[in-house]
Amino acid sequence: MIDFFLGHYGYWFAILLMCLGLYGAIMKKNLIKKLIGIAIFQTSIIIFFVASSSKWGATVPIFDEKIGVANTAKYINPLPHTLMLTAIVVGVATMGVAFALVISIFQKYKTLDESVLLKRMKKDNDI
Amino acid sequence: MISSNSAALTPLILLFMAVSIPIVALKKKQIAFFMVMIATSISVIISFYNIFRVLKVGTIHYHFGGWIPPIGIEYVLDPLSSFMCLVINVIALLVLIHSKKIVEMESKIKSVPYYALVLLMLCGFNGIILAGDLFNLYVFLEICSLSMYGLISVGEKQAPVAAFRYLIIGAVGSSFYLLGVGFLYITTGSLNMVDVRSIIPHLYNEPTIIVAISLMVIGFGIKMAVFPFHGWLPDAYTYAPTTSSALIAPTGTKIGAYAMLRILFFVFGVNYVSKTLHITDILAWLSAIGIIYGSIMAISQKEMKRMLAYSSVSQIGYIGLGIGLCNPMGLIGAVLHVMNHAIMKACLFLVAGNYRVKLGHSNIFKLSDNIRKKKPWTTAAFTVGALSMVGIPPTVGFFSKWYLVLGTIKNSSWVFLAVLLISSLLNAIYFFRVLEKVYLKPIRSTNLEELNMPENNKKDEVSSSALIPVLILAIALIVLGLLNTIIVKGIIEKMIPAGM
Repeated sequence: MIDFFLGHYGYWFAILLMCLGLYGAIMKKNLIKKLIGIAIFQTSIIIFFVASSSKWGATVPIFDEKIGVANTAKYINPLPHTLMLTAIVVGVATMGVAFALVISIFQKYKTLDESVLLKRMKKDNDI
Repeated sequence: MISSNSAALTPLILLFMAVSIPIVALKKKQIAFFMVMIATSISVIISFYNIFRVLKVGTIHYHFGGWIPPIGIEYVLDPLSSFMCLVINVIALLVLIHSKKIVEMESKIKSVPYYALVLLMLCGFNGIILAGDLFNLYVFLEICSLSMYGLISVGEKQAPVAAFRYLIIGAVGSSFYLLGVGFLYITTGSLNMVDVRSIIPHLYNEPTIIVAISLMVIGFGIKMAVFPFHGWLPDAYTYAPTTSSALIAPTGTKIGAYAMLRILFFVFGVNYVSKTLHITDILAWLSAIGIIYGSIMAISQKEMKRMLAYSSVSQIGYIGLGIGLCNPMGLIGAVLHVMNHAIMKACLFLVAGNYRVKLGHSNIFKLSDNIRKKKPWTTAAFTVGALSMVGIPPTVGFFSKWYLVLGTIKNSSWVFLAVLLISSLLNAIYFFRVLEKVYLKPIRSTNLEELNMPENNKKDEVSSSALIPVLILAIALIVLGLLNTIIVKGIIEKMIPAGM
């Protein structure tokens, strides 16, 4: 049982971060805090992918004469890392768009607090 | 050279044009519109070419850089993807013709970056449809989602808030999908859809596969706005500018539906999702709830765009129900409804846009009686769209519902049959409400002089660039309805996956 927890600590950490991120995105009232939640959530997925490709006693996937080509178990799978490079870029782009939206919201409503924002929006809708 | 590379050309041309618009049109704003026209026209032509080629030679696999999958990346052109590509590109072309005057009229929209975003979004759509591996699908999903947030946020005052809400939900949705891809990759060791399909039957008992499929279904459910995940949709569609909502409403959610269909039936396998996991049953029930909920909410709306947005929630339910029925008739109904709903919603949203341009509002209760004299063609197009939504026989809306009904009868799921019939009646209520408002009342006025004043009854139709696309869509609703057997027999029946 202890082995199950300690042996997968990378995954447990990812799960913890994921819950934290989702909690932030859903429960926090401040828009910036919501975005921080989303960023943590996306990061947890990156950690999940990278943890999935880690391997004890293996090396970087560059041809090594001592190991040879056939012994693939001695190399780490590089694909999750490359995928995550793309995912990081996507995450950065998401944050960029999100902050642009936040700026636009602040210019229009002069607040970043969701409950105040909803009240002011309601006033707009009534008119 | 063109013919052998035609599979990859649509996303490429759209992406190239999207990037070059801000540079080329820097000095002269008018160029942007023409570049958009060129890009979308070319992609429509290529889509037509592709669909005929697929019908002739069968599924086309395009390998990037000559690398053979599963190591390389591939685009897959099968009947389903070529059909979806065609629908989306044609709708986009028509809506963009309509946008010529509208985009500049609507307040504060800078047309150059707007058109660049539109093309980026279309590139994402085409990429999702053509992508043959799971991770590329994610990348294109993010490309189109990010541009969608931008396109929505330039609308009314509330639009950035709606877009922000959509962003939070959408980012969680696509992250869920990515997580599902991770689980699938850990278990199967491959990202290529065809390859995963061949590996996965040996792993059906692994819990990681079940986790992966659940995460992916939730992710696409959010993109598709299936019932409990639809929260972002009404606000986003209502506050977005006309062109955005007319582009996103017919195409955006369909992409989620397409991806759901592709993943469930072509990656995981029909029997596994329907008989073993019963995920399609859950999807069908949620969609059925969504159909009723969307219709009832639509009845209670005063704003035409908001009503159409809620009706989108219910119409997406039809597609989800068709997928969830998991039999050939249901699938035909779902795919046919993807096309039908795209045409109907584009038509209706453009009409709402035309009203907004000319009247300054699209509030149903403020529509005056003489609108039928002032805007005969726009109002007629609305009528055809509304009849099709309800499902009156010669229009396309009837036929997709017909196939869905056949599907429910085949599964003996009488509850879904009842849902389909009730929702048609509810559709009738909220559309005939508008038609009654504009057509059935005699034109009356407080005094006779006002009635006889020429400017009150004079035709005041929108400009031709805004009218022609609406009329084309309205005519297409009837023509395609009459031609539906050709479409179903010729293309859609070839899409049915093995084992269904």
